[in-house]
Parts: sequence; structure tokens; C-alpha cells
Amino acid sequence: MKKWILLAITLVIGIVLTGCGGNSQPNQSEAKVELNVSAAVSMKDALAEIQKNYQAKNPNVTLVYNLGASGTLEKQIEEGAPADIFISAATKQMDDLDAKNLIDKATRKNLLENKLVLVVAPNSTLAIAKFEDLAKSEVQKFAVGEPSVVPAGQYAKEVLEKLGLWAGIKDKAVLAKDVRTVLTYVETSNVEAGIVYKTDAAISDKVKIVAIAPEGSHKPIVYPAAILAGTKERKAAENFLAYLSGPEGQTVFEKYGFTMGK
Amino acid sequence: MIEWQPIILSVKVALMSLIFVAILGIACAYAMRRWEFGAKALFEALFTLPLVLPPVVTGFLLLLLIGKRGPLGWIFSEYFHTKIIFTPYAAILAGTVVAFPLMYQSTKAAFQGVDCQFEDAARTLGASEWRVFWTVTMPLAWPGLVAGLVLSFARALGEFGATIMVAGNIPGKTQTLPLAIYFAAESNDLGTAGLYVVIISVITFTAVYWLNVWTKNRVKVSVYRGMF
Repeated sequence: MKKWILLAITLVIGIVLTGCGGNSQPNQSEAKVELNVSAAVSMKDALAEIQKNYQAKNPNVTLVYNLGASGTLEKQIEEGAPADIFISAATKQMDDLDAKNLIDKATRKNLLENKLVLVVAPNSTLAIAKFEDLAKSEVQKFAVGEPSVVPAGQYAKEVLEKLGLWAGIKDKAVLAKDVRTVLTYVETSNVEAGIVYKTDAAISDKVKIVAIAPEGSHKPIVYPAAILAGTKERKAAENFLAYLSGPEGQTVFEKYGFTMGK
Repeated sequence: MIEWQPIILSVKVALMSLIFVAILGIACAYAMRRWEFGAKALFEALFTLPLVLPPVVTGFLLLLLIGKRGPLGWIFSEYFHTKIIFTPYAAILAGTVVAFPLMYQSTKAAFQGVDCQFEDAARTLGASEWRVFWTVTMPLAWPGLVAGLVLSFARALGEFGATIMVAGNIPGKTQTLPLAIYFAAESNDLGTAGLYVVIISVITFTAVYWLNVWTKNRVKVSVYRGMF
């Protein structure tokens, strides 16, 4: 009996020791880097997959995401929140930081593009096939992001204004604080329709896309990215940004409904 | 520039919530004190849940409950031909649910502080349970109840997460003060946000300040009564 215990202990110690030795070597060769990325929450799933791929390839880099509404992230950065890279879902927030010299202007680029779609619950029996149908009386309520805060809401308002609908239907609009809430309202049938990004509609199997906002009805939806002026991990940030716009980043982004920026 | 509608709506919603919270909180605390039953610990935990759950989660659960496909939502549309989702009533519901634990806990503590001997004395003199409750239990528990009411009012007034989920954010209809503050701050309209913050702070501060002064005076009075 004693022999068995002794053997077991020896084995465990042996495994632990060799395990440590094997792992610690590559770690010591490069210093650990923690990269803080503030990104629009609409990129959540694509970024999660990229995080897995990237960290497997670069074990010395830890990606820390801060996901939120672009307006919130902008405010956090202005107040000095730790961030090395900022990816916004609209140009406005990036322009604001640009004007305050908080980003490294040379690194700014249009990383991604997105489209705006009209979604309904899959079992919806209402005849909603285009944006104009929002004016129909069957549509009692529809959800969009609050235009002053949520970029998707800003674009939605722009489309509806362009189509001459906004003034007539804005009383039926539930102004959500983020796109996720718009989807929740549509998924649970509490609104008859919602306007979200194509990428958001792509990840929910409980909504169905019935229309894509016509070309030219809104400003192109670009996701600008930039390295922040205050970063202490300049090199790592550059590498990660290059990876995002490279072929490996593109594969993941396109899978989640994005188009690469020009 | 400043809209008064969110302020008026918020105060209305908080006051309406207060009525429901008072009735439910006192009833539940009384029932829990008076009767023994098996699932008591379960209810106790359930009553505290809205206090610890993130309000957004509470809001999501309420959305499932009163939404079009939810059981309560179905009853309302089927039998009353109305819906509460995205109306001020949903805001009242949210305020009631999140403020309930505060009222319940305060009332429970207040009831525990009531000496049973007084109640028993009243019973020996032939008072009905109803009369014992209103003439002995309630007056003795009153300070604790008032504290609970003030806290509940403040909590309901400041409710954000659950409210925005079920009442939506329809400016002029269901946009309460905390929602107005959130969206003003987020859209960088710090002037409006600041003004709203001052207003909501003044309302809450006044309520809590009044509570403290009132409690202090009451203690003084009862000390004198005891002396003479």
C-alpha cells in the first residue's frame, strides 16, 4: 500500500516539475503584453473568435476587450480609461477623439464596413418586406437604437428620414440603449420590427432579415480603428491591428457578416 | 431646454410603485412573521432576489413575463385588451419589483422589534387580529416602516436597468428621469444631464434628510414620554 502511495506522489511531482519546465521557456523569451482593446459591442462574437486565434499564435499577448456602445467607450477613453486600441462603430466617436488628439492619427484606418437591415421575428405573419412597411398600421411599435447614442440608431434614423418616413412613425419607435436590446424586443415579439446591423441579425437565429437598407440611403457604415496616443504597448498594438485587417482577420469578420473596409 | 416631463413621470411612477410596495411589503412581512410554513426559507430568498440580481436581468425576466408571449402579457391582452409593455405601467412594475426587497426587509425588522407581549395583551382584552394589527403592531413598527418607505421611494425613483427594458425608452411617454440622464450623458449633453442629476439628487436627499430628522425627533419625544 505504502509503495503505491509513494509511487503516486513521485509521479505527481514528476509531472508537475516537467510540466513547469516545458511551459515556462517560451514565456520567458518574450515579455508578457496586455493589450487593452475598446471596441464596439457589435463586434463581440467576431472579436471573441479572433482573441482565441490570436492568443494561440501569440502566447505572450493577452487581449483584454472592453466592449460597449461607441459613445460610452469614447467617454471612458476621454476620462483616461486604459486602452491601447479603439474600434468604433461610427466615425463620429473617432473624429471626436481625433480632435482631442487622443488617437495616433497615422494609425487610423477604416477597418470594417457594415449594412443596416430590417428584421422581424421568424414567425411574424405581418406583411413587412421593406422599410416603408413600418408606416403600416399593423406595426404598432418598432425598435431602433437611440439615435443620439447608438450608431445603429443614428443610421436607422437617417434611412427613415431619407425615405420620408421618420416624422410619421417616430411615435411608434422604442429607442433602445443598444442593438442587443432591439434584437431582444424583436425576438420576444414585443415589437413588430427592428432595425439593426446585418452583423447583429446574422448571429441571432430568432430574427429574420426582410430588407437591407437601400444603397445610398445612409452614409457608409464604417468601423474606424486607431491606436491611442497614450498607449504603452505600441508595437503589440500595431501587430494586432495589422492582423485584424490581414487575411486571418478578414476570414473571421466576413463569417460574422462584416465587409472589409476600403 | 430642459424637459419637465421625465421629472413628473418619474415622481408619479415612484409614488405609484410606493403604494404597491407598501401593500406587498407589509403583507409579506406580516405573513412571514405570523405563519409557519415549510417553504418559508425559499420565499425569504425569493423576496431578496431583486436586490441582488442585476436590474437588467430583472428587466429581462419581467419582459418575458409581461411581454406579448409572456403569461401576464397574455392575460392582459386576452382579458383586458391592453398591454403594459412599453407603457408607464411597466415602469411602475419595474420600480415595484426592485424596491420591494428594501420595503420587505425594513418591515420585517420593524415587526421583529415589536414586543409580542403588547399584542398578546391586546388579544386577552378581546381585540380581533385586525384590530391588534392596526392599533398595536403598526404604530409600534411605524418608524421602521417609514424608513422602508423612504428607501423604496428613492430606489424606485432611481431605477434604470429594469425600467428601460420593459418600459422602453419612448421620449415623452416612458422616458423616466434616470433614462433621460443616461441618454443625455451618453450623447455628451452634460448640461442637461447635470441638471437632471441635481433634480433627482435634491428629491432623494430631501426624502432621506426628512426621514433622519423625523426619526431623531421621534426618539426625543419617546424619551420624554418615558421620563414622565
